[in-house]
Amino acid sequence: MKLHTYLFPLIVLFLLILLPFVAGEYVLHLFILVLLWAYLATSWNILGGYAGQHSLGHGVFLGIGAYTSTLLFIHLGISPWLGMWIGGALASLAALFIGYLCFRYGLKGPYFALVTIALAEAFVFLTSNMASIGGARGLEVTWIGHRPDMMQFDGKMGYYFIILTILVIGVLITLWLHNRRPGYQWVAVRENEDAAEALGVDTLRTKIEATVLSAFMTAIGGTFYAQYFTYIGPRTVFGEIVSVQILIFAIVGGLGTVWGPTVGALLLIPVAELARANLSGSVGGAHLVIYGMVMVLVMLFMPKGIVGLAKDVLSKLNRRFTKKNIYKEAL
Amino acid sequence: MVFSPDVILQGLISGILIGGIFALLSVGLTLIWGVMRIINFAHGEFFMVAMYIVYFLVEKGGWDPYLTLIVSVPLIFLFGVLVYRSTIQPILADPAMNQIMLTLGLSIVLSAGAQVLFSADPLFVVTKYNRLVFNIGPAVVRIPQLIAFVGSGLTAVLLYLFLQKTDAGRAIRAASQDRTAATLMGIDVERTFLLAFGLGSACLGVAASLMISFYYVSPTVGAFFGQITFIIVVLGGMGNFIGALVGGQIIGLTEALGAAILPGSLSRVLTFTIFILVLLFKPQGLLSRTRK
Repeated sequence: MKLHTYLFPLIVLFLLILLPFVAGEYVLHLFILVLLWAYLATSWNILGGYAGQHSLGHGVFLGIGAYTSTLLFIHLGISPWLGMWIGGALASLAALFIGYLCFRYGLKGPYFALVTIALAEAFVFLTSNMASIGGARGLEVTWIGHRPDMMQFDGKMGYYFIILTILVIGVLITLWLHNRRPGYQWVAVRENEDAAEALGVDTLRTKIEATVLSAFMTAIGGTFYAQYFTYIGPRTVFGEIVSVQILIFAIVGGLGTVWGPTVGALLLIPVAELARANLSGSVGGAHLVIYGMVMVLVMLFMPKGIVGLAKDVLSKLNRRFTKKNIYKEAL
Repeated sequence: MVFSPDVILQGLISGILIGGIFALLSVGLTLIWGVMRIINFAHGEFFMVAMYIVYFLVEKGGWDPYLTLIVSVPLIFLFGVLVYRSTIQPILADPAMNQIMLTLGLSIVLSAGAQVLFSADPLFVVTKYNRLVFNIGPAVVRIPQLIAFVGSGLTAVLLYLFLQKTDAGRAIRAASQDRTAATLMGIDVERTFLLAFGLGSACLGVAASLMISFYYVSPTVGAFFGQITFIIVVLGGMGNFIGALVGGQIIGLTEALGAAILPGSLSRVLTFTIFILVLLFKPQGLLSRTRK
């Protein structure tokens, strides 16, 4: 990989670092949403995009991360900076259990999707009925003033840089794995599990690894979610809509690509948020109509997503222009 | 926890009655699933659309709830056919996950769209049937629920006879068993799929007209019934007609007895646990004889 491959992302990163110094509160909020969902979609993409196991219940991991750090903070005064890792660890354990159970019994494609939906729904009802953790009313992260050590900030800039850092790390992890053994194994399992198994890939282990990593990353985002929105409830973190929102940006941007989830969130969230602000008023729902329509249209007309489509077009052009060179090399 | 026999009896009666409705909703989904191998995640939202149609006919048009059948059934049939033609037919050959994402997108458009148009408030109609009840010992039977149970049973029988005895029904079954062979036998598979999708949706129209007298309408009603029908269809075996009827009863009883015995909404956790266990250990459905 040469430097110029990363030139464009580096420019974008530079602009994102400058943004909070020029943008107002609302724009900053908008970009925090973009970065958060880009990160969550990046986390989902490890399992859904690379390993090809479409979880429709990633809210489970988001919720475990959010609930763990928030409960530790409220009851024991433990900093979310620490709670984040504990939430991640618990989500990884849950993922280990879920992944082992599902993949051990050979659940594939639609069946895995159905189990993950059912699990997330079961979590909604479980947490709703546990009064000790807030029940259906949920939990509020108590405001204790500007305390960076407790992940609480006056204004939005602190949150912005945290989520920007988290996203950069998420993308770097994906980038690093993309051309390495785990990445190749995930793609092999996705494309043809039997062939991968025949070539010596431990497919059960590979899929579980992807589930655990993806869950851990999602749970980290869950802690940030709780700290930023300061309220979490069963439906808001475990609900079906959250799980769908986590994956939609990856699908629109391009499954199994490094940049897809980020590109998807960057393009889609501003549009959806404007619709939410201008069209639906107090009712809500307009942004979801847009998400749903985009999902339908993407599946109909470009199932590989934006980055996938761009890659196809580029490689076609590339082939056309380099055909002669290839012949020369072959000779 | 309450274990009094009265509560159990009431739970049994409610469970059997609501199970009949669940079965009718699931028969539509299992027909679509079995024939096209498409998992329609928007099935519950189609039902929501039917409920809104019936609601407006009864509330604004002053129709008798059961008379709305003559409008709700053809309208939702047409709705299903249109949706199928415009979105599902083009991706029939795509990977299953693409189809799931597409129908999931459809379901979000419909439920969020209903929220934008009609707000999230649940709507309830008052009809002359609402309060009709009779008693079996200490338990109460609500007559609209009984009518819905009988109506669901009749519809299921009619659909079954249609699939077994008519040429169009045989064509649907043939296409579900082997698309290629059916085509070679001169069956227009495209049209057959269209008919099956329309019929599967039409069941929801029947259910909506039968349920308006005792159930509310809201944008999230589709999510609830969508999940329930999925659970039932998996339980009974995808595409298994009788399985959907049996599964409907099992889940109806689980939900009603669970709600009678367990505190809060924990009965839903029970339902989802059953679902997950079936998916893990007998994903081809409880009624199928072959394993794996």
